[in-house]
Amino acid sequence: MVEPAPAVGTPVAPRPEPGTAGRGGAHEPLVVMSGVQKHFGALHVLRDIDLSIGRGEVVVLIGPSGSGKSTLCRTINRLETIDSGTITIDGVPLPAEGRALARLRADVGMVFQSFNLFAHKTVLDNVTLGPVKAKGVKPAAAKARALELLDRVGVANQAQKLPAQLSGGQQQRVAIARALAMDPKVMLFDEPTSALDPEMINEVLDVMTSLAREGMTMLVVTHEMGFARRAAHRVVFMDGGQVVEQAEPEAFFTSPRSDRARDFLSKILSH
Amino acid sequence: MDDGYLAQFSSLFSQFDVLGAFGTNLALTFFAAIGSLAIGTVLAVMRISPVPSLRWAGGTYVTFLRNTPLTIIIVFCALGLWGQLGITLSSDFQTNFFRLAVLGLAVYHAAFVCEALRSGVNTVPVGQAEAARAIGLGFGQSARLVILPQAFRGAVAPLGNVLIALIKNSTVAAAASVPETSGLMRTMIENRPDVILAIFATFALGYVVVVVPVGLATTALSRRLSVAR
Ligand SMILES: Nc1ncnc2c1ncn2[C@@H]1O[C@H](COP(=O)(O)OP(=O)(O)OP(=O)(O)O)[C@@H](O)[C@H]1O
Ligand SMILES: [Mg+2]
Repeated sequence: MVEPAPAVGTPVAPRPEPGTAGRGGAHEPLVVMSGVQKHFGALHVLRDIDLSIGRGEVVVLIGPSGSGKSTLCRTINRLETIDSGTITIDGVPLPAEGRALARLRADVGMVFQSFNLFAHKTVLDNVTLGPVKAKGVKPAAAKARALELLDRVGVANQAQKLPAQLSGGQQQRVAIARALAMDPKVMLFDEPTSALDPEMINEVLDVMTSLAREGMTMLVVTHEMGFARRAAHRVVFMDGGQVVEQAEPEAFFTSPRSDRARDFLSKILSH
Repeated sequence: MDDGYLAQFSSLFSQFDVLGAFGTNLALTFFAAIGSLAIGTVLAVMRISPVPSLRWAGGTYVTFLRNTPLTIIIVFCALGLWGQLGITLSSDFQTNFFRLAVLGLAVYHAAFVCEALRSGVNTVPVGQAEAARAIGLGFGQSARLVILPQAFRGAVAPLGNVLIALIKNSTVAAAASVPETSGLMRTMIENRPDVILAIFATFALGYVVVVVPVGLATTALSRRLSVAR
């Protein structure tokens, strides 16, 4: 493994970023999307996306249903391909396919709304599978690390159970541990709490908040404003496949600049 | 007809090797099952792979073999492969035909195994395949470690149906001159027209005795192995 050179000098195309008021500038860029376009058939889901996530930065992505948040997330580890534009991670462009892509995906952890744990494997095996099979970590070492991570997310005592025997909140915490086991450079969360019963939401958000405090780079699609205020450096608001506005959480929630953001916030705040 | 039924049956069993013939069908089934499972698994992986040409090849194989009558395939194996192309699978005449019949049964049923497995693949949520890719597993690893293990467990019942069909279809090996049950039944009817009902009953019951437990076993197994979600 070649250690990637410090990305300080990484050429980043100068992009006009309307309203980059967040602290994003303080972080050197880790994930850089520029001019990204994506269609689903006739539907233009991502329109000229320019977005940069700094190392150690926590970005919350919000926007109305169908605005392209999930799609944006999924292009970063190439679960969705893009039509044009570039995405680089730590200065390296996303490989198209094959081993290089698999290796890159190992650097990008992903947590899904529906957990997606491997149903036929125990909790422990869910967490060790990636390190052992994709990274060639010795099983004993992978197990020790997995138990440490499961302990950290508070489900160590469930290690030998099957996913179906766990509550939704526990499953999602296992899914976070599974992603962390790969030692990713960045973690993507796509509505990690929207499939959970209300009483389980906080146990997952707590884990995410502590990850954020420890300096993990995160892109989080969520409508949990408490989390955004507590843990995010920047809120990015999307609508109709475009990044409409971005700002520090407090500024965004109290005084959004665009009409669309104001309209959206009034809807989610009204209940 | 003053002989009792029992006497009729026992005279049949002493005059003809009924059990041996059933043994042949079971042996045909055994080897063809292993063969079709191997080929069918490869086909299923091809059909879910991200490579368009592999998907096409797998799909074409299935369409082609599934819609060809088994007798045609077996006759082709016996007369075409061996008779015309001179392909031999053993120097022993009988063994050669046995193996050609196994080959025909295996390639034919592989198409059905593939489709049964694909129905099993459909029981695995797409999200798990995405999660496997997201932790850096390649297609082969995702298939082997995540998708197929669950697909097999979700496909026990349809696979059991393929096995039952295979047991019964193994009688088509008569078309390749393999001395199995349907061939023996034909000889017996020619030689003992006085007891044709007993002859039919012998073979019909014989197959019921073999097939019914397979059905029960796969039902029980599919319940036991089903993946909790
Ligand atoms: N695989 C697909 N094929 C076709 N259209 C798709 C596909 N995935 C998403 N879409 C469409 O693309 C648009 C953006 O979808 P996306 O899932 O990214 O939105 P989202 O912002 O995550 O919405 P939500 O808040 O409902 O999750 C939607 O109109 C959706 O219907
Ligand atoms: Mg979504």
